[in-house]
Formats: sequence, structure tokens, C-alpha cells
Amino acid sequence: MSEIKKIKNLKEFSTSADRFEGANLLCPGCAHSIIVREILNATNDDLILSSSTGCLEVCTAVYPYTSWDASWIHIGFENSSTAIAGAEAMHKALKAKGRLKQDRDPKFVAFGGDGASYDIGFQWISGCFERGHDMMYVVLDNEVYANTGGQRSSSTPIGSSATTSPAGRVSYGEKMNKKDMLSIMAAHGSPYVAQVAPNKWKNMIKAVQQGLNIEGPTFINAMSACTTEWKFDPADTVAISDLATDSLVFPLYEIIDGKELNITYRPKNIVPVEEYLAAQGRFKHLFKDQYKYLIKEWQERVDSNWEYLQRREEARV
Amino acid sequence: MLNKGWDEFEIGAMLRSFDGPTSNIATTLQEDRPYSQSNSFTASVADWRIEKPVFNKDYCIDCQFCWIYCPDMSIISRDKKMIGVDMDHCKGCGICVEVCPTNPKSLLMFQEKEDEDTVLAAWPEKEDKEK
Repeated sequence: MSEIKKIKNLKEFSTSADRFEGANLLCPGCAHSIIVREILNATNDDLILSSSTGCLEVCTAVYPYTSWDASWIHIGFENSSTAIAGAEAMHKALKAKGRLKQDRDPKFVAFGGDGASYDIGFQWISGCFERGHDMMYVVLDNEVYANTGGQRSSSTPIGSSATTSPAGRVSYGEKMNKKDMLSIMAAHGSPYVAQVAPNKWKNMIKAVQQGLNIEGPTFINAMSACTTEWKFDPADTVAISDLATDSLVFPLYEIIDGKELNITYRPKNIVPVEEYLAAQGRFKHLFKDQYKYLIKEWQERVDSNWEYLQRREEARV
Repeated sequence: MLNKGWDEFEIGAMLRSFDGPTSNIATTLQEDRPYSQSNSFTASVADWRIEKPVFNKDYCIDCQFCWIYCPDMSIISRDKKMIGVDMDHCKGCGICVEVCPTNPKSLLMFQEKEDEDTVLAAWPEKEDKEK
């Protein structure tokens, strides 16, 4: 059971049987379910899942329906990580006592939005990683509290217009920089942290399989383009994700044992950040004369981050 | 269960996805699963759609891009072949059409009311690439 599922190409992958069901209430074109599908299909192991409160939880468990074909639990906003850590600890204890009815080794995966992970559930995640549970935590990072109407979270990037940081005559919207969650989790001593995107499915599957098969707490930050709050056409979800990864706004990389950084995707043609910003309604105001200087700042920030990642990859520290 | 009023809900509820025993869901295809009434697979979001995707298998190369990027598990693929769209669960987002690489596209969006045979008969011809 516990051997890694072999996925050579997309045709082979398409023979997987989905364990996440349709008729959930996520928006048309939502990247959350693309990510969840890719993660659940990446393995044939039994799964025990949990979700924090957020779009994913609210839309997939609307009484009297559930969209999950695996054991799934929701408790609160902050504790998808501790709920799954508790289940993992119980499984370990029962196994040690020989009280498991079936000898199966499930994988433990917690899902949370960026609000539940970067802000509200941060302390809980930190605790789980410090205790070293054998689990994987997945952030569906859509850079905003999309479920409650688009309030800013600590993942919201500079210049984005959110309902609690609206852009207007005196403000260009969100003023704080995005929290570097990956470095924080790597600093916990996690054996594997990675940033992935749904449009690079092969990359995603590789990261997920590696994360599931390493013992210890692993962390996946998945970029999730939000058609409602980023304000673009539902059909463009994959195109926007492509722009995000190719403009290096979301560089894809992994950090092993908190030290070895590997860049897992290098775009052949790097797209200017301006194109990524122009495609979304939340950055519309940046193209007014008043705020145009911010686009240049964006590009500089992305460039210096890319430079930093490359140098860190070389230095192996 | 479905007819309970709002004040009759259980406070902590457990829903079963399947009726009866299941051994290995990860390798059981959807048609072989014993879905229960509380699985959202038995529900439908077809009324969300304004436009529907129509699949023309003459041009399909079975690349499965539509399968991987469909957010609603609505592209049905069996034995590495794309066989159709699940119209109960498709919300009409149009991602499958955007990612379709063939020329002309083998999936196109049409108004919900349009007849499938008519649009298939009038499928667009191959477009020349701009040089």
C-alpha cells in the first residue's frame, strides 16, 4: 500500500479515481478544487483529512451533503492542524498497543486557507511542527479571506485592493508585504516545505508525494487563484496561474531539512510582473498615473526575491 | 434525514459518503462506488450554468488537460480516453475550453439552451495560425 503511486504522464494520471466529488459549492473556476484533486489523486494511500473553516470547508460540507470520499473532519477555524495531529497521535498509540482492527497506514493531511494558516491558526501549526507529527499541512493560498467577503490577510500582497484595505484616492490598498511563510516553516526544522501551483501539476504531484512519504511534519503552500476576489473571468484560472508562476510572483521551490533550497520550476520566458497585475481586477488602480510607481517597485521586489532564491540554491545553506 | 427542519439538526453531525462497506476507494471508479444519499455526487449543480461545454470527439487528442484542470470533476476519462462531460456537476466555468490545445478546439462553450447536434454539425473549421 505504502508504495509511491507511479505517474509518468497525464494520460496515466487520468486513470485515477477522484476522491473529491462534484456538486460542491465552490465558485465556478475555483482553483481550490483543482489543488485538492491533484493532491488526493497523487496517492493511493488511505487518507485522513481535515479542513479549517474557509471556502473549502464551507463549500464541501453543506449539510446534508459531503464532497469527500475519505475520512474528513472540520472543527474550528484555527485547528485543522491540531485535529489531524490528534488523529495521527491516536493512530500511532493504537498501533503501538496492537489495537488497530486493520493494519493500514493512512496519510494525514490538513487543509487550510491562507487566513487560517498565516493568521488565525498559525500558533497551532507551529505547535504541530514543533511536536513533529507525521502529517502534511497544505495551505490553499488565495491571498485574501475570500469566504467572508475579501478582507486582507497577512498573505495579501502590497497594492492589492481588499475590503478592509480598499484602494482609492488616498490609499493604494494593502500596504504590508506578504508574510514569508515558507521560510518560517522551514525554520521550524520541517523536513520538507514546498511552494506549488495547480497549473504545474507534475511539479505539484512530485512535491506532494515527497511530502507524504517523508516522516515528520511537511508543509505545502499552494497558490490558489481566486476568481471572485482577484477579479478575473472564471475561465482564466489556469492562465492567471501561468502568469503568476512565469512572472516569478510565485516562484516554485522546495526547502529540504530547513537548509537545501531547490528551485523546482524555471520559466523559459520570464513574463513582466506588469502582465500579471494587469490581468486582475484587484490591481486595477495600480495602472492610474498616481500609483504607477508601485508596478516598478513590484518588479524590483520580485527580481530581488528571485535573485535571493537562486543564490540560496547555490550556497546550499 | 433530508427533510429535517433547521432546529432538528444534530449539533455534531457525521455524514457517510457511502452505503455499505468499501475496501479501497482510491482504486474504485465512480460507477462502481456505493454512493450514499448524503454524498454530493448524488446532487446536481447543473442549474448554475449559463453556458455549457460541448465535446466534439472528432478533434480530441486525449491530452487530458481538461481532465486535470477541471475544478468540478466533470470531465469523464476512462482508459486514458476522454469520453464526455458530466453535465450534473459541470458549473460552466469554461476552463476546459481555455486549456484545450487542438485546432479547432474539441471543446467549446455554447448557450445552455442550444441543441447539441446542431452545434456539432456547425463546428468551426481549422484556423490558420497567425505568422
